[in-house]
Amino acid sequence: MPSLTSDKITRKHLDEAAIKEHLAGKSGPEYWRSLDELAQTPEFEEMLHREFPEQASEWDDGFSRRNFLKLMGASLAFGGLTNCTVQPDEKIVPFVKAPEYMVPGKPLFYATAVSQGGVGTGILVESHSGRPTKIEGNPAHPASLGSSSAQIQASVLDLYDPDRAQVITNAGALSTWSALSQALSQAAQLQGMKNGAGLRILSETVTSPTLGAQMQRVLDNFPQARWHQYEPVNNDQTRNGSVQAFGRPLNTYYDFSKARVVLSLDADFLNEGPAAVRYARDFAAARKVRDGAQAMNRLYVAESTPSSTGTMADHRLALTAGALESFALAIASGLGVAVAAPDSPAPSQVAWAEALVRDLNGNKGSSIVVAGPHQAASVHALAHAMNQALGNIGQTVHYTEPLEADSVDQGQSIVELATAMDQGQVDILLILGGDPVYNAPADLNFAQALDKVGLRVHLSSHLNATSRLCHWHAPQSHYLESWSDVRTYDGTVSIVQPLIKPLYPSKSSLELVGVLLAEAGKPTYDVVREHWQDKLGADFEPAWRRALHDGLINGSALPSQAVPPVGTINLPAGLGRAVDDEAVELHFRPDPLIGDGRYGNNGWLQETPHPITHLTWDNAAVMSPATAKLLGLGDPLASRDNALSRQQSVVELRSGERTLKAPIWVQPGQADGVVTLNLGYGQEFGGRVAAEAGVNAYALRQAEGPWHTADLSVSKTVEKQSLACTQNHHLMETRSHLIRWATLDEFKQNPEFAHEMFHDPAEDMTLYDKHESPNNAWGMVIDLSACMGCNACSVACQSENNIPVVGKEQVLNGREMSWIRIDRYYRGEIEDPEIVYQPVPCQQCENAPCEVVCPVGATVHSEEGLNDMVYNRCVGTRYCSNNCPYKVRRFNFLQYTDRDSETLKMQRNPNVTVRARGVMEKCTYCVQRINAARIDSKKSGEAITDDLQTACQQACPTQAIVFGDINNLDSEVARLKDSPLNYGLLTDLNTRPRTTYLAGVKNPNPEIVEG
Amino acid sequence: MSEPSQSNRSPYQPPESELGPGLQTYTAITEKISSTILTPLLNTPKSWFFGLAVGFLLLHGFLIGIPYLLYEGTGIWGLNVPVGWGFAIINFVWWIGIGHAGTLISAVLLLLRQQWRTSINRAAEGMTIFAVICAAQFPLFHTGRPWLAAYWLLPYPNSMDIWPQFRSPLIWDVFAVSTYLSVSLVFWFMGMIPDIANLRDRAKNRIAQVAYGMLSMGWRGSAIHWERYEMASLVLAGLSTPLVLSVHSIVSFDFATGIVPGWHTTIFPPYFVAGAIYAGFAMVLTLMLPLRNIYGMHDLITDRHLNNMAKVMLVSGMIVGYGYFMEQFMAWYSASEYESFMMSNRMFGPYGNYYGALILCNIIVPQLLWFKRFRLNVYSLFVVSMFINVGMWLERFIIVVGSLHRDFMPSSWDMFHPTFWDWAIYIGTMGLFLFLFALFIRTLPMIAIHEIRTLIPVGHKKH
Repeated sequence: MPSLTSDKITRKHLDEAAIKEHLAGKSGPEYWRSLDELAQTPEFEEMLHREFPEQASEWDDGFSRRNFLKLMGASLAFGGLTNCTVQPDEKIVPFVKAPEYMVPGKPLFYATAVSQGGVGTGILVESHSGRPTKIEGNPAHPASLGSSSAQIQASVLDLYDPDRAQVITNAGALSTWSALSQALSQAAQLQGMKNGAGLRILSETVTSPTLGAQMQRVLDNFPQARWHQYEPVNNDQTRNGSVQAFGRPLNTYYDFSKARVVLSLDADFLNEGPAAVRYARDFAAARKVRDGAQAMNRLYVAESTPSSTGTMADHRLALTAGALESFALAIASGLGVAVAAPDSPAPSQVAWAEALVRDLNGNKGSSIVVAGPHQAASVHALAHAMNQALGNIGQTVHYTEPLEADSVDQGQSIVELATAMDQGQVDILLILGGDPVYNAPADLNFAQALDKVGLRVHLSSHLNATSRLCHWHAPQSHYLESWSDVRTYDGTVSIVQPLIKPLYPSKSSLELVGVLLAEAGKPTYDVVREHWQDKLGADFEPAWRRALHDGLINGSALPSQAVPPVGTINLPAGLGRAVDDEAVELHFRPDPLIGDGRYGNNGWLQETPHPITHLTWDNAAVMSPATAKLLGLGDPLASRDNALSRQQSVVELRSGERTLKAPIWVQPGQADGVVTLNLGYGQEFGGRVAAEAGVNAYALRQAEGPWHTADLSVSKTVEKQSLACTQNHHLMETRSHLIRWATLDEFKQNPEFAHEMFHDPAEDMTLYDKHESPNNAWGMVIDLSACMGCNACSVACQSENNIPVVGKEQVLNGREMSWIRIDRYYRGEIEDPEIVYQPVPCQQCENAPCEVVCPVGATVHSEEGLNDMVYNRCVGTRYCSNNCPYKVRRFNFLQYTDRDSETLKMQRNPNVTVRARGVMEKCTYCVQRINAARIDSKKSGEAITDDLQTACQQACPTQAIVFGDINNLDSEVARLKDSPLNYGLLTDLNTRPRTTYLAGVKNPNPEIVEG
Repeated sequence: MSEPSQSNRSPYQPPESELGPGLQTYTAITEKISSTILTPLLNTPKSWFFGLAVGFLLLHGFLIGIPYLLYEGTGIWGLNVPVGWGFAIINFVWWIGIGHAGTLISAVLLLLRQQWRTSINRAAEGMTIFAVICAAQFPLFHTGRPWLAAYWLLPYPNSMDIWPQFRSPLIWDVFAVSTYLSVSLVFWFMGMIPDIANLRDRAKNRIAQVAYGMLSMGWRGSAIHWERYEMASLVLAGLSTPLVLSVHSIVSFDFATGIVPGWHTTIFPPYFVAGAIYAGFAMVLTLMLPLRNIYGMHDLITDRHLNNMAKVMLVSGMIVGYGYFMEQFMAWYSASEYESFMMSNRMFGPYGNYYGALILCNIIVPQLLWFKRFRLNVYSLFVVSMFINVGMWLERFIIVVGSLHRDFMPSSWDMFHPTFWDWAIYIGTMGLFLFLFALFIRTLPMIAIHEIRTLIPVGHKKH
């Protein structure tokens, strides 16, 4: 970066007195507000260097993340500069006119929307005194129906991320918005003379109608300018599949509630993609064996690397990329799809393909074939053809126009941009969000190409790898700080409304693009409002208010499109060709938690265990036990289960000329011959949290083959790396009664299977008096059939209950703090096991072993059956945890709660104690919510209903968790406790848990006998 | 032991063979014992300085470890969930066990009229006190918030109307250990009063005269003093005797009342008490054998003592072995999958080697004591006692860590990796023990002078 380092900041002689005079008389808040003007003065620059000579001098030698953080800290400390003078007294006074609805101590909820991969999900955000603290799904929104995902839950933490970029910088030096907008608009004016031929805008996926319209105006003003879109995890394959099948890009969405048979071709539709929350809800609902209803859908999954969807499958295949394509072809031809293949792929070896075809054919109009976003476009075309052959279109499969304002092949778009930059055709590059230097295909050498651009402006939340190479960087507003709008999976529009004024002088895409339209400084509220002014009908104001209140614009879903019949599908050469047995291929997958890396600095998500591997804080080269043996890596699974060491071998992955060292992780259920790397890790400049985690898989990813490449060689190294896995033992030993399950047929024949062979002790077998719950008796039921291990519950709990992040070292020590954890066990052969999940919160035992051993009575039984924690009484003997057979108690071995980061304090739930070091903590069934409901109930005189939900229950996409009053026979939890499937964990210990489980039921095809 | 049956003998009439041939007069005994104390500092044997220095050095593990622990929290140790208790509790039980021999020797053997105990009881009692002091550090400092645990476990009246939770064995521990410590301390101190008075009278140094003068509490050796002294000894011995059984029984309740497989067993109280005696005698031998050599006390601590102590170890060791066997048997007989898994995991799991070492140290090696040759050879006896010291620590490790690390939910199973601070504080308490013991033998009579003098046959010939 010669252009940056050469831009040395000139210094003048210091006039200290003048600066003091300048600063005197300004109070702290005024000072902060006037930073803009102040920063432009030469005195201010001087003072910056005078006050922090070390940082300032280092700064000139190019800058590192470390320096940047130091300087950020320093800039915060500026607030204290005026402490040299006596501060005027400030009085804290109550509101003279309180904001509408605000009652101190009562949270308010506002509807807005969060976008993932550019596509929105409606949410309700809990706000305490103006601080957004917790996110819930919006029950009125089709993509949520009240549920949410781990990422959505965690997105609130990003708002308060202390590592966020907090100032506008020019060439690394502090600057201002007016300077930036001036520079940009001047450059744009120059571009205007050549019709914008040198102007390029790079954004992530944009579904926002307002931003789309704004972009269109930019392109109208600058006819030769180009708008590129790129994000590393995109829906190119899906888009191109529909182009191949129907001749134009279309958005596809599914109605799983009507599907009796589902075939997933590597699609993790339950836990990946913007509609996953809704799909999971619909899919699970069609699977629940409740209240005498004994019909279940059936799921077939073929995938290369195990996913949440795969764990829910009734029949699952682990296949390499080629074998999976060949399998798709076999099913397609079985269903009568016309295919033209240049070379005949190896016939699929799957024994039950015929039975699957019969099953699909038997459910015409009520089945779904869904191809994953990581499959080739042709596989998507095959899936479209299969759905058409099965008559599913219009029934369970729907098509609309693309959600994006401008649907492009993003893989191609970034290549075009990189080429244009490399050829020196780009004068101005405006990058709206993202981090292409980090995540663009490695073979594009994006950083080098970027250097040839005359003016580079980057808008992003963090000062990331791309920001460092740009002239200007503006901090990007969090979605809870700025106005916008977004479409959801079916096209429904939500207005994104902010809940808080930007914490820093941050900007949104709308504001930055507005500069090109000579609208700098126009409030984004006006921009969004004006866009909808003439679209919401004649009576705008009520419609606008309703849209804000509801969190969506009614009837804005995109209309269904009729599709022409899919003709013969021309397959590219090589599709479905089997690779030889010795070869190993490399697959890339977005991380189920940190995504493409955008949540990399989110401690909650980093510390949430990966649903399959249960790894935290790291990605790894995931491979099957057989592949590990093949590669000469021994049998790491055996030594791992013995848990004597957390050290994993490090291998060198080589793809073409590029190499990457990564620790290995042996994962049963992974297809043999496939190494999977999750994207999003190894960010050098993503913030302090992200910087410590994992290896950068983008270093191996190329424009061709973004999702898998056969071009891989693996070599052993002598290095070892420790990986923090939250579950070190994966077998149930003899304790299969922990997770009870049966097939649907077995259940029909023997509804009491979950209780046979198990005898619970008599109720009076205790020395102590029985706890009576005369009024409310809280209880919980967790449906094992519905849990897919996505961890939304766990992150929701963390957000609700102020659970700290402890870091990799502490997880390695076995000290993770999650109050609800998801246990994952394997069932069956280790080569091809079933993966089963069991969420374990506190079981709220009626005869709680923890209560009797606490010497100070810090854990006591409430009248409503809760096993209460009295945090301020706890002295931390940890006896309760030792005596807890479920091991759900968590101990603050060190001072885990961050007491220093001011912004993180704003996130905390004021109704939950922030625990100190030396205190035991655990799930309370969200007692603060129960108490709030009880207060309301006492005021209104009405009984507490099922509207009272725990945080985990509310978040759960599959509604696997049901909580309520078991004394109220109308409550859902009371009905479920009567289910023959209901059983308790370790009840032979006479713990009498209030949390119980519904035994899992699977619905395998009776025609297929496995094993 | 081989007590001749003479019904009309006074309690203090010894058999002829209690003392060695070198000590047959009161003066000789008094000189022998008090000279180690009243001699000028520089005349102290070099090995005493060595012992003191080593103790002081090791003590720093404790002196640095505890402030660091208070500053950072219990996370400096290798604890986690599921292994919520680690070295602190292991060491606590280990030290408490060691602290059993003293009371057993002073009280139980006094009541049983085992005269041979007189040469070793004072040092053993001192060892008890210091071991209990070491043990008492752990229950407090192992808590997350020791500044609160220090008094919240006590039932004191307070305006918040809160009270300890008496169902918790940790509360029972507080009472058991504090009672034991206070009774042992009183017994020990009271037993020393006549000897301190003796030192007071013999001391030439003014400071020593004043110090011993105050500590002797006005003892003049009158007949009424002696009468009351004897009576108080008996009463305290009577009080202490049940404590020998109760303390470790109650400590074992910490485990036995828990539901963790490997803890939840009724054999624990007797098995812990036997283990405590076992460990206590091993530690007495570990200390006495070098002392005997350094101070040339072969006439006071004779082969007979070694022989008897070795026999006590052998017997208590066999009871401990029976305990191990019963655990195995119950794991099978209970037909509980958790119990049987626990036992197979104990033997063949990740800590299987520790269990093997435990069996070697506590069961196999002590079998040498069946042979008189090994019982009377100081070297073999020392080696065996060291094995038992290690073995008893391993036993507590197996019980605490080995049971916790794999209990009911396989998903939560984990390993315990002791850290530097685990070791530092443990070794620090060894330093504390050694340091206190070194100070004790330099300043107080480590062998009860007046009791030894009663062993001299001359004064009792006509009885």
